[in-house]
Amino acid sequence: MKRLLLAVFLLFSTLSVSAQCLLRGTGDMGVIIERASGSVQVVDTTLKKALFHITGLGDLSHASVVYSRDERYAYIFGRDGGLSKIDLLCGTVAKRIVQGGNSIGGAISQDGKLIAVSNYVPGGVKVFSSADLSLVVDVESTPVNDERRSKTVGLVDAPGQHFVFSLYDTGEIWVLGLKGGKPELQKFKNIGKQPYDGLITPDGRYYIAGLFGEDGMAMLDLWHTEKGVTRIMDHYGKGEQKLPVYKMPHLEGWAMAGDTAFLPAVGHHEVLVVDRNGWNEKGRIQVHGQPVFVMARPDGRQIWVNFAFPDNDTVQVIDVETMQIVKTLTLGSGVLHMEFTPRGEEVWISVRDKDKVVVFDTDTLEQTAELPATKPSGIFFTARAHKIGL
Amino acid sequence: MKTINRMLLATLLLISAVAQADGPWSPEPQRQAELIHLLRQDCGACHGMRLLGGLGPALTPQSLNAKPREFLVTTILEGRAGTPMPPWKPFLTRDEATWLATRLKQGIPE
Repeated sequence: MKRLLLAVFLLFSTLSVSAQCLLRGTGDMGVIIERASGSVQVVDTTLKKALFHITGLGDLSHASVVYSRDERYAYIFGRDGGLSKIDLLCGTVAKRIVQGGNSIGGAISQDGKLIAVSNYVPGGVKVFSSADLSLVVDVESTPVNDERRSKTVGLVDAPGQHFVFSLYDTGEIWVLGLKGGKPELQKFKNIGKQPYDGLITPDGRYYIAGLFGEDGMAMLDLWHTEKGVTRIMDHYGKGEQKLPVYKMPHLEGWAMAGDTAFLPAVGHHEVLVVDRNGWNEKGRIQVHGQPVFVMARPDGRQIWVNFAFPDNDTVQVIDVETMQIVKTLTLGSGVLHMEFTPRGEEVWISVRDKDKVVVFDTDTLEQTAELPATKPSGIFFTARAHKIGL
Repeated sequence: MKTINRMLLATLLLISAVAQADGPWSPEPQRQAELIHLLRQDCGACHGMRLLGGLGPALTPQSLNAKPREFLVTTILEGRAGTPMPPWKPFLTRDEATWLATRLKQGIPE
């Protein structure tokens, strides 16, 4: 009898702890997108190595990731409308749906229970349960003509169980509230031409949309939505010849350092320095090319910048105190993304055309590691789970 | 890897064979590969890596069907005012843009 019990016990323990699954915390883990092969690597940022390689995730060009609040699951938003829930501990796809035809990023709600996805086709935002990816709400955007609706961009989460996003074709900002049973939608029209991306400040108060079709940016104070959308940085770009833009800048991860914000100029080889109190421009830093990501090291002492084609082989580091470029790194063409470790001692950088991710010490500015990856693009660490807007 | 290289070579040969059959000019295989890389990776930033569209429209034969090749060539080289489409003439010649426009209208194998 004892033997039988032991055998049964052994059998069960083998089953419940699958050989594949890890028993560990996930706070030092992350995901690297391999855009061309529809695969991701699950990585350990302490050991600086890959733990799992997961395939079959569809078109991951321009893919992005949000994390469950327990940091166990990564939700991956694919270009082809795919939404995949990845189990970081087991290296498996817990659930996968194709929710739209052509999509551009998503967000997770304040309480972690809802996942919102922004779609180009069909235009609008769909909200799913984070548990089983079942549809909760489908918000259709404004029709552009008989055939299509406005593309939605710049989707972020905001406090109070809100999602905020912009409508590219019709120049609007919408605030979707999901507190309680019934969804509430607030629409702000005529916010400016062609909002191409949006961001929310790390405190969750201000939503700002970048405008491609005109100068300035559109800002909504989420504490006082009754005041409507106001225009900031109105002089930005005015009366100046813009260079052709070969890649739209990203606003997510907008760099904040104290009272100062740093953001990518559109069509200029410049990083703009903005005073956060009055939202006025207070300077410009000349850089190597047109910035795509302008990201602050978590302590706000450095700004790291990558660039659009044809200058996308370079990364520059700006010292915030002196506003000077302290390092220019040439890493190979297709530097697509950068991600800091949670407290910023290292930064991981994807170099698409070299098929690798390089890791730099942000103090010495020397490379410390290198990981092979197939056409890597976005890098997303689990610390994002606890940041508003990420 | 060898298989992939062989497939790549076969694809390139196929593309160049098609190009020679119906056009007066096509770039060298190496340059063709560069142009396709540019198309998927950099044009793909807006049009999608699989050319199915994004912020910019899809570049599939179906969606380009109604547009004359010359219109596409001009759009590639000069960009389009009022849209985010930039001029690409610093990076490719008119002949290369014509080759690319022809390929796009025919459909580019994955």
